[in-house]
Amino acid sequence: MAKMIDMKERTKREQVPMREQLPSARIHNFEEVPLGYTKEEAIYEAQRCLQCKNPTCMIGCPAEINIPAFIRLVVEEDFEKAYLTILKTDALPAVTGRVCPQEEQCQKECVLNKKGKPIAIGRLERFVADWARENKIKGIEKSDSQKEQKVAVVGSGPAGLTCAADLAKLGYQVTLFEALHKPGGVLVYGIPEFRLPKSIVEYEVAGIEKLGVKVVCNQVIGATKSVESLKKEFDAIFLANGAGAPRFMNIPGENRNDVYSANEFLTRSNLMKAYLFPEYDTPIKIRKKAATIGAGNVAMDAARTALRLGAEQSYIVYRRSRAEVPARAEEVHHAEEEGIVFHFLTLPVKILGDEEGRVTGMECLRMELGEPDESGRRRPVPIPNSNFVLEVDMVIDAIGTMANPIVARSATGVEVNQWGYFKVDKMTRMTTCEGIFAGGDIVRGSATVISAVGDGKFAARAIDEYLLSGKSLRKNS
Amino acid sequence: MYLIKKKTKLYQNMFSMWVEVPEIAQTVQPGQFVILMTAKKGERIPLTVADYDREEGLVQIVFQAVGKTTEELSCIQEGEYLYSFIGPLGHKTEIGLFGTVVLVGGGTGIACIHPIARGLKEAGNRVIAIIGARNKELIIMEEELKKVSDELIVTTDDGSYGRKGFVTQALKEKLDRDPSIKKIWAIGPPIMMKVTTNLVKSYPVDIIVSLNTIMVDGTGMCGSCRVTIGNETKFVCTDGPEFDGRLVDWDEFMHRNNRYQKEEKESWQHFKDESKCGCKEG
Ligand SMILES: Cc1cc2nc3c(=O)[nH]c(=O)nc-3n(C[C@H](O)[C@H](O)[C@H](O)COP(=O)(O)OP(=O)(O)OC[C@H]3O[C@@H](n4cnc5c(N)ncnc54)[C@H](O)[C@@H]3O)c2cc1C
Ligand SMILES: Cc1cc2nc3c(=O)[nH]c(=O)nc-3n(C[C@H](O)[C@H](O)[C@H](O)COP(=O)(O)OP(=O)(O)OC[C@H]3O[C@@H](n4cnc5c(N)ncnc54)[C@H](O)[C@@H]3O)c2cc1C
Ligand code: SF4
Ligand code: SF4
Ligand code: FES
Repeated sequence: MAKMIDMKERTKREQVPMREQLPSARIHNFEEVPLGYTKEEAIYEAQRCLQCKNPTCMIGCPAEINIPAFIRLVVEEDFEKAYLTILKTDALPAVTGRVCPQEEQCQKECVLNKKGKPIAIGRLERFVADWARENKIKGIEKSDSQKEQKVAVVGSGPAGLTCAADLAKLGYQVTLFEALHKPGGVLVYGIPEFRLPKSIVEYEVAGIEKLGVKVVCNQVIGATKSVESLKKEFDAIFLANGAGAPRFMNIPGENRNDVYSANEFLTRSNLMKAYLFPEYDTPIKIRKKAATIGAGNVAMDAARTALRLGAEQSYIVYRRSRAEVPARAEEVHHAEEEGIVFHFLTLPVKILGDEEGRVTGMECLRMELGEPDESGRRRPVPIPNSNFVLEVDMVIDAIGTMANPIVARSATGVEVNQWGYFKVDKMTRMTTCEGIFAGGDIVRGSATVISAVGDGKFAARAIDEYLLSGKSLRKNS
Repeated sequence: MYLIKKKTKLYQNMFSMWVEVPEIAQTVQPGQFVILMTAKKGERIPLTVADYDREEGLVQIVFQAVGKTTEELSCIQEGEYLYSFIGPLGHKTEIGLFGTVVLVGGGTGIACIHPIARGLKEAGNRVIAIIGARNKELIIMEEELKKVSDELIVTTDDGSYGRKGFVTQALKEKLDRDPSIKKIWAIGPPIMMKVTTNLVKSYPVDIIVSLNTIMVDGTGMCGSCRVTIGNETKFVCTDGPEFDGRLVDWDEFMHRNNRYQKEEKESWQHFKDESKCGCKEG
């Protein structure tokens, strides 16, 4: 068995890098890019942890994982216990271990970050979760003390899944409603296979079902059922329907045939598996030169997907400069390695096309950075008469998403702000309607998996308190 | 899984199915649609709700086997199940008291106008229905439509039944003779809706069309279904499916509907090569 090593050795060691598929190979497949730690690598990395008395890393984790405890168990090679330790507070460890912006979260707060060598917490978490899955370790089982009260959760993204899992652990009767035919939210329809294999999401969802959560797909709340009708059936409701409506630039030519929203492009490829067409029925168009507008995680995913589907050139077109790119550094790095070309300080103004409606090019303006704007970033301003045509034959809009009003429209008394996001109490995540809570992207706007997980946890706790105090939506209506 | 309670072949490649979906049957209104998947590896396709039975919890769809998915759907039998079925989606038809209204239906559009005609009739309108097809065999739901309209005109391209010619010719004669017509619904193949819209431009009537764009989710999440309506981008699934025909950018709509033509052919061929379904021959 591996053992703890002395302090000097711990600080001397460097972070263990993760092996990856070579760029030249991976642009031709949809398999995962980072390959994960081996057992030896994981132990070697875990041994570096200082086991701080006051573990600052935990401040950075909205999933409230007991980080030093699980890392210690990795050193001791008790991976099963390490898994259960993580699972106690994080229902989706194989997911968060992969897509959490760890450098901004737990690893940023790790004391070793001061020396630029934070513990690779996310990678260790991924290792433990993958090990448990491969070794068919039983997760947490259905609670022995079942309660009578029923809770409805709307939306099966990370916020909904987490809230449902936490409530089920407390013994509540939870029903999770999902509009699509598969649960997982952005984890299944948005984030591509090469970053988050769908079999892993399925596994985590199955774990949540084992806790007793009833997952009901094909239910569009606001269409199939209204929130009003849920109030009559359930004692409390958690709304976690995400911010899934695509934004467009509103420039001429944007409805041409080969212009996609990132949502459509990624949904066709991920959820509908168009990359396996015609074995799967849903088609997707791939031309020679694809331009993806925007530079967030979504844009990186779209541009890298286009490449894998067969585009010869895949561009990122971004109106600000490299310094303002919002995507995770790791994803930008991966994209560049794969040959994605970045056009910074470039603003599309028109999509050009032929008589059949196909795209033939994109007219753009060059930009320069001016004074900082509300977001603190320097505002891009167009350089007059700098128009030029970028030769492309397909365009993917990845400039962001906004609230879809379907759920809100069917919920009386639940107020939204000017952008259509639910207004909630900061502490309890309760909306303006007592007994109805909300969290994730439909409250924050497009955010992160881990903030959605955090909201799910907060809401579960608040729902527990609400129900323990004897209140109920059913009683009110 | 969603049970197919009843299936009928209306003619060679046109089918009617009653599907057990109590929740949708409870709330669906004329003009709304559903999205279904035949199987796990399938595509999500939209189909208009042709009728519903709230008591029995059934929803009727009428479809034509024009490609891979509708062909596969036509091979699923009574007592079997569909993989996915969501709805009711889109806005309901705005039913009001308008006076004299005309409902023009072509192809599967004939089934779609049926509940709208019924709603308009119940609301007190004088309802004229004009339905058309290539030949006699392809005319569907004639009896049902007779019951809910004051006048039913049937046209066939080859004159094998009803009047010879297109629905637009019959509509033009009506419009010329009957100034009391206030509002027209035209539902059918894109080209028929476009031509009908062009025809009525010179008359003082409203024209509503139901756009059958290519969809994925049907809930406003992807934008696959977007169309330009009076210079504004709209989503057919959440803003429609019915729009003022005069405001539709028809060329863009028709281009976008053709965008997967090559893949659709490939998919159908793949299906025929793999499939053992022999229901068309029987
Ligand atoms: C392509 C892409 C890549 C991303 N990459 C990262 C990343 O690397 N790291 C990271 O931290 N974050 C990333 N994000 C952001 C992250 O995925 C989201 O912030 C997170 O998923 C939000 O979770 P949620 O639970 O609020 O909502 P979602 O994940 O959006 O889930 C909402 C669910 O509700 C369902 N729903 C919607 N309306 C209804 C209705 N009317 N009835 C029933 N169900 C409904 C939806 O179908 C969906 O399943 C990415 C996002 C995208 C799109
Ligand atoms: C709101 C709405 C209501 C509709 N109602 C009916 C109906 O009641 N009965 C009926 O027979 N058809 C209806 N359609 C059209 C129906 O969805 C298509 O016939 C079906 O998707 C064809 O799929 P396929 O794989 O069999 O054929 P494909 O080979 O995919 O396509 C054949 C034809 O159908 C069109 N089409 C392809 N995919 C779609 C899609 N996802 N959505 C719409 N059109 C598509 C193509 O442009 C092509 O012309 C409706 C469409 C919409 C948007
Ligand atoms: S869940 Fe995210 S923030 Fe928490 S420990 Fe894991 S990687 Fe870090
Ligand atoms: S702060 Fe870093 S070193 Fe300290 S316990 Fe957390 S992970 Fe280990
Ligand atoms: S079908 Fe996706 S937005 Fe309309």
